[in-house]
Amino acid sequence: MTVTSPDPLLVYVLRLGDDALVAGQRLSEWCSRAPILEEELALANVALDFLGRARLCYQFAASLPGAVFDEDGFAFRRDCREFTNHLIHELPCGDFAFTMTRQFVVDVLNVPFLEKLAVSAEPRLAAIGATCVKESLYHLRRSRDWMLRLGDGTAESHRRLQDAVTELWGYTPELFEQDTLERTLIEQGVAVDLAGIQPAWHSEVQNTFDRVGIKLPTLDWQVGGGRRGLHSEHLGHLLSELQFMQRAYPGLKW
Amino acid sequence: MSATQELYEVFVRPRRGLDHKHVGSLHAPDPTLALEYARDVYTRRGEGVSIWVVRSCDITASQETDSESFFDPLDDKPYRHALYYELPDSVNNM
Repeated sequence: MTVTSPDPLLVYVLRLGDDALVAGQRLSEWCSRAPILEEELALANVALDFLGRARLCYQFAASLPGAVFDEDGFAFRRDCREFTNHLIHELPCGDFAFTMTRQFVVDVLNVPFLEKLAVSAEPRLAAIGATCVKESLYHLRRSRDWMLRLGDGTAESHRRLQDAVTELWGYTPELFEQDTLERTLIEQGVAVDLAGIQPAWHSEVQNTFDRVGIKLPTLDWQVGGGRRGLHSEHLGHLLSELQFMQRAYPGLKW
Repeated sequence: MSATQELYEVFVRPRRGLDHKHVGSLHAPDPTLALEYARDVYTRRGEGVSIWVVRSCDITASQETDSESFFDPLDDKPYRHALYYELPDSVNNM
């Protein structure tokens, strides 16, 4: 079964939902493993925000013509190739610096993205944007704060932050890729034009890292393909854990 | 991380017009992060409209051993209580 659908709106809202689900699942892996209890609760709160965001998207997707799954089906019954999240979300958590750096580059994007989504011509997308932007403002406050703390902290925290930035940098261009489908939706005023966000995103990321002496690497490699269902080897492992229950006991209910 | 953690007391104002109330404590390296943690630890279900955090070591507290001299003398001074006033029904939160 495939969810590839001719309805561009369905494809688009699933992309947003997949980003949120995979990001939330990764963050939830910090449960019981965070450095201190307070930070663990904070990480879990953010994870739940992303999970809630995924639900809003999947519920909307399920209501569109051409949807072959309900909300849960989108999360639990699709395989890797049917997921269209950006690769950056599926990378393993790494150390705390890696997780927070990923959050930071994503949060800096999400705030203006959701602000623009909130004025989408599609009212249900606009509602999702308006609901989620407040959460992202808080996420960004947290993750930016951690960039400064880790960058200005000890020699070890600085090194770990620099390593994280270096490792993640090649995954960031994908966040701004737009295909024909998205451009069509942008022309209709439905989707968000990422090209308009990228310069501000780059300067904010640059400014934050400049403040603590972290160098942005030159972009000598980059990867993409998530929007076309082409993933790293990590997504399969993530999904096997996420989907285990529904795969082992199809249709199981609480 | 524990080497640089300090204990903070958290006070949350549940609604406009009410006082901040002590809700618990937490560990954080500085007041800024203590405030953010307080938000995540104590107001996850919309419990507050305002938060204070105070370094626990900045609180000067009465001691249990001082109870006799501090509080017992007040037991036999009922005239200090406004026992004979009737509160109008519209006055809440007294």
